[in-house]
Amino acid sequence: MSLLSYLINGISLGSVYAIIALGYTMVYGIAKMLNFAHGDVIMVGGYVVFVLVSGMGLPPILAVIVSMVVCTVLGMVIERVAYKPLRMAASPLAVLITAIGVSYLLQNVALLLFGANTKSFTSVVTIPAISLAEGQLMISGETIVTIAACIIIMVSLTLFIKKTKAGQAMLAVSEDKGAAQLMGINVNATIALTFAIGSALAAVAGVLLCSTYPSLTPYTGAMPGIKAFVAAVFGGIGSIPGAMIGGILLGIIEILGKAYISSQMADAIVFAVLIVVLLVKPTGILGKEIQEKV
Amino acid sequence: MKRFLSIAVASAMVAAALTGCGGNPSDNSAAPAEGTEGNAAPAEGTEGNAAPAEGGAAESDAAEGNAAPAEGGTFKIGGIGPVTGAAAVYGQAVKNAAQLAVDEINAAGGINGAQIEFNFQDDEHDAEKAVNAYNTLKDWDMQMLLGTVTSTPCTAVVEKTHEDNMFHLTPSGSAVESIQYDNAFRVCFSDPNQGTASAQYIGENGLATKVAVIYNSSDVYSSGIYQTFAAEAGNQGLEIVAAEAFTADSNTDFSVQLQKAKDAGAELVFLPIYYTEASIILGQADKMGYEPTFFGCDGLDGLLAVEDFDTSLAEGVMLLTPFAADAEDELTQNFVKAYQDAFGDVPNQFAADAYDGIYAIKAAIEKAGVTPDMSASDICDALKVSMTEISIDGLTGLGMTWGADGEPNKEPKAVKVTDGAYAAM
Repeated sequence: MSLLSYLINGISLGSVYAIIALGYTMVYGIAKMLNFAHGDVIMVGGYVVFVLVSGMGLPPILAVIVSMVVCTVLGMVIERVAYKPLRMAASPLAVLITAIGVSYLLQNVALLLFGANTKSFTSVVTIPAISLAEGQLMISGETIVTIAACIIIMVSLTLFIKKTKAGQAMLAVSEDKGAAQLMGINVNATIALTFAIGSALAAVAGVLLCSTYPSLTPYTGAMPGIKAFVAAVFGGIGSIPGAMIGGILLGIIEILGKAYISSQMADAIVFAVLIVVLLVKPTGILGKEIQEKV
Repeated sequence: MKRFLSIAVASAMVAAALTGCGGNPSDNSAAPAEGTEGNAAPAEGTEGNAAPAEGGAAESDAAEGNAAPAEGGTFKIGGIGPVTGAAAVYGQAVKNAAQLAVDEINAAGGINGAQIEFNFQDDEHDAEKAVNAYNTLKDWDMQMLLGTVTSTPCTAVVEKTHEDNMFHLTPSGSAVESIQYDNAFRVCFSDPNQGTASAQYIGENGLATKVAVIYNSSDVYSSGIYQTFAAEAGNQGLEIVAAEAFTADSNTDFSVQLQKAKDAGAELVFLPIYYTEASIILGQADKMGYEPTFFGCDGLDGLLAVEDFDTSLAEGVMLLTPFAADAEDELTQNFVKAYQDAFGDVPNQFAADAYDGIYAIKAAIEKAGVTPDMSASDICDALKVSMTEISIDGLTGLGMTWGADGEPNKEPKAVKVTDGAYAAM
């Protein structure tokens, strides 16, 4: 029974990782850059909801929507101001370093605005917990919502990419930027759209993360961000189903490692698994091997 | 914490470098000090002259040399603690309560007829600023130090008081190193002592036999308490059925640790951690439907003040703290009333530690027959003997005594959160 409980916790944690990893993997697939500020957009999403719900008393649903809008705008502004000029001019490494810079900027602005004190986040989920097997197994409302949100996002994102013109454009840009441009696709607009979607997902992830683990600090997004990046690489960076599978597997490994091996070593186990997977299959679980043509 | 540690190390190095130039001020200064004491006016003149004569050691000489000039005498007690900054609550409490104790003693005729003068300096919970505050107090001719309030600055300042042979009593610096020299004592329990005391309290009061521990393995305070708790648990008939760790990087998800504690049938979960993580643990345990007794140490003090924390979750949480404001004994009642009248707040355990600290100094002075005209170094030599001989009934314990290592011996007390407030047990 406790194994089942660990598995459910693992899937719940993994679902959050998966939603964050989607942002990483989409941006990487399309702009070929690692947006290390992604984790901190999560934190911004959390603070927006915190301010709106705890500070101004708005209904949680409205707050989540506002938070998604704020993060979408923030993601696009970051892309426009910090990444786009460098993407045109400099090496990919410069964009990577800028992303780290943006990450610290967001953390420190949050530190300045909200202080270092941990805020206790009021959960936005009002669904009661389900009690199974005479209270032996408790599934919290947050867990249900997180897993449901993850599935909904996964399905709608896949549909979006398969069925819509913008989605097809994204696919085209990710396969060959130059050729896509020659076919009349606006590459910059497509990249901006990718950042917008990724950041909106980050807001959702932030709300779910803070609802499940109700504490909010300026560094809340940092560790989940790194874990989600691992999940994206684990599943095969650039692949949307890969991010999903990677995220959920990572969550399960982390929780089971904590439960059955050592609660201190959980993080080390996660990263050890990543190394093993990459040694066996360097492109990740669902990663495609791309032949460089000369 | 790493940052604090590096600051502490840095300031310790600076301190060492300064004394290298300064020579040995306390020995040299004894002679001019004795020559001048008694008559106030010439004393000031000599003090000024001492500076060029002593060269590099001038600054500390001025402090050491000038014993209290007035007839009847005045003891000068200095205090250091964070009155501003992140730990301001603690420093403010110590400052207020110490002043309260000093005023009471002065109103009752002082110590052996001598009045006390109390001067409290801010250190912003910063080791470097604490050392600066200490130097300021020496310039003011401090004879005894009550402080510092927090452990890291205290560990830095104790290096200085040890060099100067200044009597040093910290109300609340709980790290082992905070009183590592023979001139330093403390009122609170040390970190490791809290682990032993918690195990004893749980065992003696029969709170549980199956105990789980959730601790922060990346924090010295937390892992230190856990180790001594585990060592003592066996002696108290406690069985530790789950000992689960977390680290600073993974301090938001405690579902696994709680699940393991629940599966192992723990009736009590011991939390030697700070209140921020504890507030999350309480929330997650509630969601799981797990309702053991939660028991913590002084790190949980502050739990009820976490922003937006649902205090009903903390209902029934016990913590080992030396002081509960609603205890019914006369001493506590009088103290709480006087404190509220003077400062408008309910005093916390830091206030109680400071209040006891001043009375401990008084008892030690009376025992040793120290007079205000003695130098700080002579007072220190006398007090470090008499501190181990006194026994006082204070707010934080009855029949408190001290060992030569500076650690207090007193009965641990616990409080329980009842109706959103701490209540004595």
